[in-house]
Amino acid sequence: MSGVAKPKVQIKGMRDGLLVTLGEGSWPDLVDALTQQIEEQAAFFRGAKVILDVGSHSLKAVDLGSLRNTLSDRGISLWAVLSSSPMTEKTAQILGLATRLSTPRADRTIRSHDSPMVGETASLIQKTLRSGTKVQYSGHVIVVGDVNPGAEIEAGGCVIVWGKIRGAVHAGSGGDEKAVICALDLSPTQLRIAGHLASGLTWGLFRRRGKSQPEMARLLGGKVVAEIWNTKLK
Amino acid sequence: MSGKVITITSGKGGVGKTTVTANLAVSLALSGDRVVCIDGDIGLRNLDVVLGLENRIVYDLVDVVEGRCRLRQAMIRDKRLPELHLIPAAQTRDKTAVSPSDMVHLCDELKSETDWILIDSPAGIERGFRNAIAPADTILVVTNPEVSAVRDADRVIGLVESDEKGPAKLILNRVNPAMTRRGDMLNAEDVLELLAVDLIGLIPEDDHVVASTNRGLPISLDGKCKAGQAFTNIARRIKGDVVPFLNLDEKPGLLGKISRLIRVGGQ
Repeated sequence: MSGVAKPKVQIKGMRDGLLVTLGEGSWPDLVDALTQQIEEQAAFFRGAKVILDVGSHSLKAVDLGSLRNTLSDRGISLWAVLSSSPMTEKTAQILGLATRLSTPRADRTIRSHDSPMVGETASLIQKTLRSGTKVQYSGHVIVVGDVNPGAEIEAGGCVIVWGKIRGAVHAGSGGDEKAVICALDLSPTQLRIAGHLASGLTWGLFRRRGKSQPEMARLLGGKVVAEIWNTKLK
Repeated sequence: MSGKVITITSGKGGVGKTTVTANLAVSLALSGDRVVCIDGDIGLRNLDVVLGLENRIVYDLVDVVEGRCRLRQAMIRDKRLPELHLIPAAQTRDKTAVSPSDMVHLCDELKSETDWILIDSPAGIERGFRNAIAPADTILVVTNPEVSAVRDADRVIGLVESDEKGPAKLILNRVNPAMTRRGDMLNAEDVLELLAVDLIGLIPEDDHVVASTNRGLPISLDGKCKAGQAFTNIARRIKGDVVPFLNLDEKPGLLGKISRLIRVGGQ
């Protein structure tokens, strides 16, 4: 292989921190190359916030976790991981790392709701989101599991939770006012749709428990309203 | 012998990690096992005080890691319980004086001569926490039936899962049955439903615990009160026994009965 032309590690300064792009090669080689580069320019890297673009590498929590430790040993904080591999994205989300860079709010989507919604992408998460986990996705988000207090979801589209929502959920974060939030038990700490904050609702972990019912929240006249999901009425 | 490493952690401070560590260590040592406790809270050490060993510290964890003494020299042996040892934290340094791999090496060295290595993790989820969980075989998460403590426990359980350290086990500390009965405190079911992990200990709130902590005499040395029994039960569960949980809901006295009648009548 002629790996001479393309360096294994590319570093670029960005608004959100240093973007480190890893090229082709085995994961241990890339980590070595990155560590070496950091040691050579220790002063440059110290205190830096790093966004790591790992391309298509599929990484497990041990891989990312140990790299994060290596970086933090050198005073560098890893805060985001970009990848085209769904497994890596999931791993990063579990570790509480961002997987998307902040995009300007002006992102009024071209998506049209009049046409049939065929082939819209959603991110499927098959686990309970514990406190401190943040899921950011430009499309819809589906969770099979609970969203615990202290966990956050920020979706460009709808959020469907097959479980309890007790954390913070923002649907339609890019301004999509048609986005909805559904859950088997809707008791969030905070609910937002297209930037509108739900208010006047008494929810939370410590409320008196009644029988929970599936609910759907949507935007109605600029206010977030939640209704019990009853198929008979539809 | 090949010792097992148990790390006691919580996320939130003040929920009773150090008390739990000290009492589990005493309970395990009372059953005849060899126990070494390591205080992972470098810079804010407490475990020595709770165990009543603070006036015997010569060397500490950082001295071992930096090679100023041998491991044996830093192990303080408890005079009441010859099977119990403490490796204290340094008070004058900070968490960065030790790395996760240092902790792994240290525990590997200890494993051959002990049954149990208990690590008292500092609060937080930063370096000190990472150091404490790195060598762990089992992780016990301590929480109180309070919304904020439960939320931090949830975060820590998530971090432990993502480090592939197996499912953590839960100790619910400072349960106040009277408050739970009145609905002013979360009950064990609420907490377990949210955290979705196995419960290994349920410890009632007990004034004796604070008193014994201040005296440096862990409460499980005297097994009479309920909290002391609860700690002994956790130690037995760790060793593989099946022990039922204590019934904390003791019968209300005459006064309790009357006040309950009044409340029922008023509703």
